[in-house]
Amino acid sequence: MTRNGPVALFFHALVVIFMLAPLVIVCLVAFTPENTLSLPTRGFSLRWFEAVFHHPDFVQSFWNSLWLAVLSATLAVALAVPASLAITRYEFPGRGFLNALFLSPLIIPHLVLGVAMLRLFAVVGAAGSFGWLVAAHMVIVTPYVMRLLIAAISGFDRSVEQAAFSLGASEATVFRRVTLPMILPGVTGGWLIAFINSFDELTMSIFITSPSTVTLPVRMYMYATESIDPMMAAVSALIIGITAVAVLLLDRVYGLDRILVGQQ
Amino acid sequence: MSTTLPDAAPASPGGETPERRFPSAPLFLSGPAALLFAALVLTPLFLTALLSFNQFDYATGRTGGFTLEHYLAVVTDEYYLEIFLRTFRISALATAICVVIGVPEAYILSRMSNPWRSIFLLVILAPLLVSVVVRAFGWSMLLGPEGPVNGALIALGIGRMKLLYSEGTVVVALVHVMLPFMVIPVWTSLQKLDPAVEQAALSFGASRATAIVRVVAPQILPGILSGSLIVFGLSASAFAIPGLLGGRRLKMVATVVYDQYLSDLNWPMGAAVAVILLAANLIIMLTYHRMVEGHYRRRLG
Repeated sequence: MTRNGPVALFFHALVVIFMLAPLVIVCLVAFTPENTLSLPTRGFSLRWFEAVFHHPDFVQSFWNSLWLAVLSATLAVALAVPASLAITRYEFPGRGFLNALFLSPLIIPHLVLGVAMLRLFAVVGAAGSFGWLVAAHMVIVTPYVMRLLIAAISGFDRSVEQAAFSLGASEATVFRRVTLPMILPGVTGGWLIAFINSFDELTMSIFITSPSTVTLPVRMYMYATESIDPMMAAVSALIIGITAVAVLLLDRVYGLDRILVGQQ
Repeated sequence: MSTTLPDAAPASPGGETPERRFPSAPLFLSGPAALLFAALVLTPLFLTALLSFNQFDYATGRTGGFTLEHYLAVVTDEYYLEIFLRTFRISALATAICVVIGVPEAYILSRMSNPWRSIFLLVILAPLLVSVVVRAFGWSMLLGPEGPVNGALIALGIGRMKLLYSEGTVVVALVHVMLPFMVIPVWTSLQKLDPAVEQAALSFGASRATAIVRVVAPQILPGILSGSLIVFGLSASAFAIPGLLGGRRLKMVATVVYDQYLSDLNWPMGAAVAVILLAANLIIMLTYHRMVEGHYRRRLG
């Protein structure tokens, strides 16, 4: 294999710095002891992290986001497992349409989904409801789950299931003891990527959250448009930390390059 | 598959799969998800399309009736024309820069050997999973009046510059957010490329540049095209970046829709802009789909 020359490596270093700089500066500024956004030149302090934990709005929004992400990821997986089984294993009228419908939130801008949901919630009188917010998040995370599940289901050897059937196992037993364990990496990987996407979502949520259901990204957006102090940096650093944990888990369970780049 | 075959055939051992016993199984399996998507994708989009044709009364805030005035406003009103033009200009610029940075970067990554390749792929792609609000905030600190970029400018004797709330800042931050979407498809098409072909070109005396332009580039062109369309589509509908880094003056399509809905409360106008944005996105994606399919058909035919 040919090696990269010095010019290529220099270019590469610049790109890496460009990609990491905004995240690194956020994490550094979060530890500033000063009252203004500045790099911590006189030692490190945890005062802004403490401020976050004593800020009731941010704490409330954090729990909202966490519950929202856990519920929508779990329910999306629960709907996506049977749906992707139907799409990969059966030939039925409307199969192509359903497949396109389930993946459509990937090409509909979240902004458009946001205004559309706002309109629907106004019509059915669901504005500000947490349950409907969960349903809206299920819609945007389901395509990510479906993609992984369809890959997992089409890539497995069905003769194992046939063997279980011929030995007298029931449908339910085969699904629980054979099918589910075999697609488990797809299920857990799908759940994690759904969790991350729901936890991060801003553009749709900003239209459909009410003061009591405001999520963390929406709270941060509102806060950042009014005032900027190092507390924003501390919240951001916490989010980067949570995302990093989720990314490492995802990498362990499924392989990050497989999720982001696709099957090879 | 034999979902419609009657059950009359004698059951061969192990051949009796669930599909054959329950021809209605796919309905039950996909039913719940289909209901969710009908209720929360198709219905709201339909309602929004209807809403965009409603009249809006500024005095009472009531909507109703039928009018095309919102769509006419978009194509005639200077305010909207300027915003659509600006959105187009910023997205096109961000896409071009993503090509210029992302394509060579994907090529460099593909020529690295592990573990560096996996590590740097992770470094380039993982920011995709960090909330866009955090990344926008990072840029506002980097480019702020007291930020390190201005510090460097002062140290170089250029002096402090007002970087925030300019088109340039929005473009830079968009490139940061979109770059992974360019690297991924180019990387994928580079993976399919046989390195022996490039080697062959080199061994026949082609220069490195010729080998890249004549051998590598044509094969990764579909990847570049795919990345460009994704980046352009996502940039044109980006909300957080112009919202946080563009300030009050520098509106893009998404921030205007937000204003219409939550400040002016003119929902029909906002709905019309949203419908146009959706239509433009779908046209771009479907054109791409056509082009790629045509490309493969030509290659196979």
